Amino acid sequence: MILPALFFYLFATVCVASAVMVIVSRNPVHSVLFLILAFVNAAGLFILMGAEFLGMMLIVVYVGAVAVLFLFVIMMLDVDFVELREGFIQYLPIGIVIGGIFMFELLLVVGAWVINPKVAKTITAAIPTNVSNTEALGLVLYTKYVYYFQLAGMVLLVAMIGAIVLTLRHKAKVKRQNINVQNARTPELAMALRKVASGQGLQDADAAEWVK
Amino acid sequence: MTIGLGHYLAVGAILFTLGILGIFLNRKNIIVILMSIELILLSVNINLVAFSTFLGDIVGQVFALLVLTVAAAEAAIGLAVLVTYFRNRGSIAVEDVNLMKG
Repeated sequence: MILPALFFYLFATVCVASAVMVIVSRNPVHSVLFLILAFVNAAGLFILMGAEFLGMMLIVVYVGAVAVLFLFVIMMLDVDFVELREGFIQYLPIGIVIGGIFMFELLLVVGAWVINPKVAKTITAAIPTNVSNTEALGLVLYTKYVYYFQLAGMVLLVAMIGAIVLTLRHKAKVKRQNINVQNARTPELAMALRKVASGQGLQDADAAEWVK
Repeated sequence: MTIGLGHYLAVGAILFTLGILGIFLNRKNIIVILMSIELILLSVNINLVAFSTFLGDIVGQVFALLVLTVAAAEAAIGLAVLVTYFRNRGSIAVEDVNLMKG
């Protein structure tokens, strides 16, 4: 009974501490690494709640894709990050005031509300107890919410195309294969037979046609 | 002692606040701002999954999956815009982004 509570406090503490380190660390690479730590611990919280599939998804998507994307961009850009940290102290008081007000309001909401007893009637798709979390999620995701699933795919497609369009650069000097031109090439275009007179060689006019 | 819904909501609230604070503190560094937005979306996901499991309704987890998708797409597009901007201006300072004088 004590073990879940212990793990909850472990995951929650490390998650919050690494979130703090994300926003205060000097080096953005350290920020990304702490972001990874925060996401791994959030995945632990998800598994503790019983949402194993989303926990694993969090690790695959965030640690595997998003964090690596951040790392790539940080290491690719030649930016003076010390310069970007100017104003940190200047904005600290206003940030703490606004963050404190926000925190206070959120904790008031969390502390003061109760779940409406009628909420049990509004449940759309109850979690089945006899199947695993992944199977339960799949049972509704591919039937009742298949359009949302497709929508998520479209969002990813648009994001992929957008990222490619934004960052792709066509360099003028790079030679590329043009398959249409290659296929349209016939023996008549590619070859020419010339009768070369003995001792005279090829004339200049012929040579110009020859290289065509 | 048992861990209830309120505990998870508190973690979500703290993470959300830290995300907001991160946007304020790192006003010049857009990479850290993007990471703060990821933290905010993570806290939203924690809230969705917490309510989903404690109320016994799996739709919350379906929605959390959509939020995850949008977060990944947002990070990809945001970083692509950042790379393009850096190529054009040679800097990623947020305060220099006033070309359009809007």
